[in-house]
This record gives sequence, structure tokens and C-alpha cells, in this order.
Amino acid sequence: MYRWRKFINNFFIGLTWIASLVVAAVLTYIILYIAAKGVSYVNWGFITGWPKGFEARGGIFPIIVTTFYLTIFSALLVTPVAVGGAVYLTEYSHPASRFSRIIRFAADTLSTVPSIVYGIFGFAFFVVYLGFGWSMLSGSLTLALMILPLVLRSTEEAILDVPRGYREASYALGATKWQTVSRVVLKAAAPRIVTGIILGMGRAFGETAAVMLTAGMAINLPVSVFDGGRNMSSHLYLLATEGISLEAAFGTAFLLLMIILIFNLSAKRIAKRM
Amino acid sequence: MVSKAREKIFEVKNLNLWYGKHKALEDISIDIIKNAITAIIGPSGCGKSTLLRCLNRMNDLIDGVRIEGKIYFEGKDIYAEDTDVVKLRKRVGMIFQQPNPFPMSIYDNVAFGPRLHGVKDRDRLDEIVKTSLEKASLWKEVKNKLNQSALALSGGQQQRLAIARVLAVEPEVILMDEPCSALDPASTQRIEDLMVELKENYTIVIVTHNMQQAARVSDYTAFLLAEENQPARLIEYGETGQIFTNPRDVRTENYITGRFG
Repeated sequence: MYRWRKFINNFFIGLTWIASLVVAAVLTYIILYIAAKGVSYVNWGFITGWPKGFEARGGIFPIIVTTFYLTIFSALLVTPVAVGGAVYLTEYSHPASRFSRIIRFAADTLSTVPSIVYGIFGFAFFVVYLGFGWSMLSGSLTLALMILPLVLRSTEEAILDVPRGYREASYALGATKWQTVSRVVLKAAAPRIVTGIILGMGRAFGETAAVMLTAGMAINLPVSVFDGGRNMSSHLYLLATEGISLEAAFGTAFLLLMIILIFNLSAKRIAKRM
Repeated sequence: MVSKAREKIFEVKNLNLWYGKHKALEDISIDIIKNAITAIIGPSGCGKSTLLRCLNRMNDLIDGVRIEGKIYFEGKDIYAEDTDVVKLRKRVGMIFQQPNPFPMSIYDNVAFGPRLHGVKDRDRLDEIVKTSLEKASLWKEVKNKLNQSALALSGGQQQRLAIARVLAVEPEVILMDEPCSALDPASTQRIEDLMVELKENYTIVIVTHNMQQAARVSDYTAFLLAEENQPARLIEYGETGQIFTNPRDVRTENYITGRFG
């Protein structure tokens, strides 16, 4: 009996160990594969140059700029709305009220909607109806909508995790509700709020469908918010599907992977340090 | 019960309190004497903290709390419509069981209250931080690391920081809700010494389940008891010496001699 129990125990420990090994192996394989195919293509000229000729040789500088433009702009748009909404939900509305339940349900539903749906909405509403055209503005607004549920919910959780004692200590010193929220609660929740925003930026950074339909596909160095542009994922998609250059596609993919890795690592770092 | 010669700062009259439908306090009347330490003792869950938190209206933060009766602070009803709760809490500070230092520097923790109330001048803030930390007997230990995070202090230091933080807003009363129950004996000793120093200038009300502590530091003791399925009542209130040596009620005697609780 004892030996059997011991066998079962070890058997399942072994299974979980194998499962985690598979996860690690698959991840490593993907990264190494893309790195092996793409790393030789990435050099200083690739980062700072413009695409040239039929095979898109040369660099992807305007594409990198477009990608960062969209990512940072959408983060700037989403942050006040997400933080304001989360503060309202956690501090001002009753958590069980119909209104806040509807908002939470909507946010959770929206976060699982495929990005192409955001793309088609952004195209119809921002690009056509509001007349913003294929632009940084249309693209960033669409991306902001897309990452809003993620940032809203992570901010909400960050605020809910602030110990009750901080609030009580603040009120007991004669702070008003707003002083408590702005000087204690948001300050204590800041690292996790920033982490949520960075993770949202990571999603915006790698987005394809929602961007192609709203910021366009033109290779262009955007300056004004009404300029269009092509981001890295769209570029990668076009290179691969049109059969233009698989090498350039892997170069772009490798760079994209590296930047997203940096996003995630810095999100972790900030969460730990602050 | 309590000698009339001393000035009272709080007058609680026929206080009843409910959490939703559950009645927690029944018909409590008690006078809190100025510049003295009043201890509220009683078994766990008997409503000591609830009563304490009525005095600076911290119970307002909890959903479903309803009170009846009057509490006068310096003659003014604090549950009256026109009470400025923010002003009340500035005058009636509170120390909790957990020190709860804010996740900021030692300096910013102490300067938090004065800043809330509009002190911006750097020299003035420096002065307030220094004197508050001195009064809380923490200055010597932290004067060279005011800009370090308050979270790095030990538990006892954090509780003295919490006291400095309250002193910085210049309250008249300090409510203490089991301030030593998370501390080691040496830190407890320091807080108790500090309380005795502070009563020269402040009125202190302390909730404690530690009877020795009540006997050591307080001038007056109130014994609260919730008998089975009943809301808490004030069983006995008087000078600490009398309560501990010559209790009038048999239930007080049973409690202080350790027969229950």
C-alpha cells in the first residue's frame, strides 16, 4: 500500500515536471528559431535605414518609429481613462452596484474580443465616420480601446490590494477622500498600475489587425497625428504573406520579439522595485 | 464615579450602535478626562474598538453602521449635521494595531498630515518633522536617514513613527487601538513610557486586551463586556487603582482575575 502511494505520488510529480519542461522547451525553441533566422539580418543599418526596392531590403526605421508612436500615444490616451475609471469603481461606486457590475462585465467581455473586431470598429468610426483617415490618431485610439479593459482591470486590482490600513491611517490624520485616494492609495498602487500599463503597451506594440485597418500600411515616417504609417507586425505580415522577403520578415520578427521581451522584463522590474 | 474635579473632554451619552441589524453597543455613557490616560478593557470582540472608533467617527467608513445617542467633544456633538469630520479627525488622532507606515520616506510620513492641512514651507515642515519625531522618541534613531523608506524600520520604530505622524497634526486627543499587540516586550515598554510622557499635553484613550498594560499606564479604566448574544455594555468605569484592587461588579472581578476572557 505504502509503495503504491509513493509510486502514484512520484508519478504525478514527474508528470508536472515533464509538462513544465515542454513549456520551457517550446518557448526556447521558438525564440532560438526566430533568432537563428533573423539575427543575421539585424544590424545598425536595418534599424536606422529605410526599406529599399522590391524585396524591401535596407532598413525599417520608419516602421519602428510608427510602432513606438502608436504604442506611446495609445498608452497616453488609455492611462487617464483607465486610472480614472478604476478609481471610480473601487473608491466611489459601491462594488455590488448594477453600474459597476455592468462595467466589469463589459471590460471582461471586451478583453476577449479578437483584435480584428477593434480594427473594423476603428476603421468604420475613427477612419471613416470621424474622418481621421488612416492615421496615428485613428490607430492609437483603436489601440487604446483595445487595451483599455486590460489596463482598467489591472489598475482596479492594484488599487484593491492597497491595504485598508493605509486608508484608515490617512483618514485618521484628517485627510479627505480625494486626498486619501490621490496621495496614499494611488501612490501605493503606482508600481502595479505602471506594470499594467506596460503590459498593455506590449500588446499594442505587437498588434497587427487593429493597426492595419486604422493606421494604414503606407511606409511613412509619421510626424503629425494625422499621418499614417505601418507598424512592425503589419510589415512582418505583409512581407510574409506577399512572399516579398522571408529574411526581412524574420529580421523584423526578431527585433519585435526582443522589444516585447524588454517590455515584459521592465514591467517585472518596476513591479519589484517601486 | 470619576472625581468631578478633573475636566472632561469627551462625554458619551446613551450610545447605541448597530452593524446592520446586529447591535454591538448598548446604552454606553462615559466621560473621558482631559490630560489623562483612559484604558478600555474587555474580552475580544466586546466592542472596545467599536467604541473607540466612534470618538473620531472612523466607523463612518464602514457600511451599515448606525448610531444613536450623543457624543460631545469639548461640549459639541460630533454626530451633529454640521460637524466637519476632517477637522474632528485632525483634533482626535488615532494609532492602530498595525503601524501602517505609508510606502514613502520617514520624512514624508511625518510631513503627510501637515501637508494635508496646507503647510508648504520647507523650514516649517522640517521643524514639525523634527519635533514630532522627538516627542515620539524616535528622532535619535532616524535623524540621519529621514529620506529612507519608512518600511525599513522595525515594528516598534514603525509604531513610534505612527505616533510621530499623528503628533505632527497637533491633535488634542490620541486614540490608540491595541497599539502594542504586534510588538515585542521591549518596544511595548517604550510605547508605554511614551504614553505617560504624552499625557502632560494630550488626552489618551487606549483599547487593550492586556490588563497589565491597562493597570500600568492608565489613570482610568472602563470595563466593557458583551454577555452571550447581547450587545456590549459598560460594566464598570472608574479610577484604575479602584478597578483593579476593589472592583464593585463581580463580572469585573472575574475578568481581571482571569476567570474568563
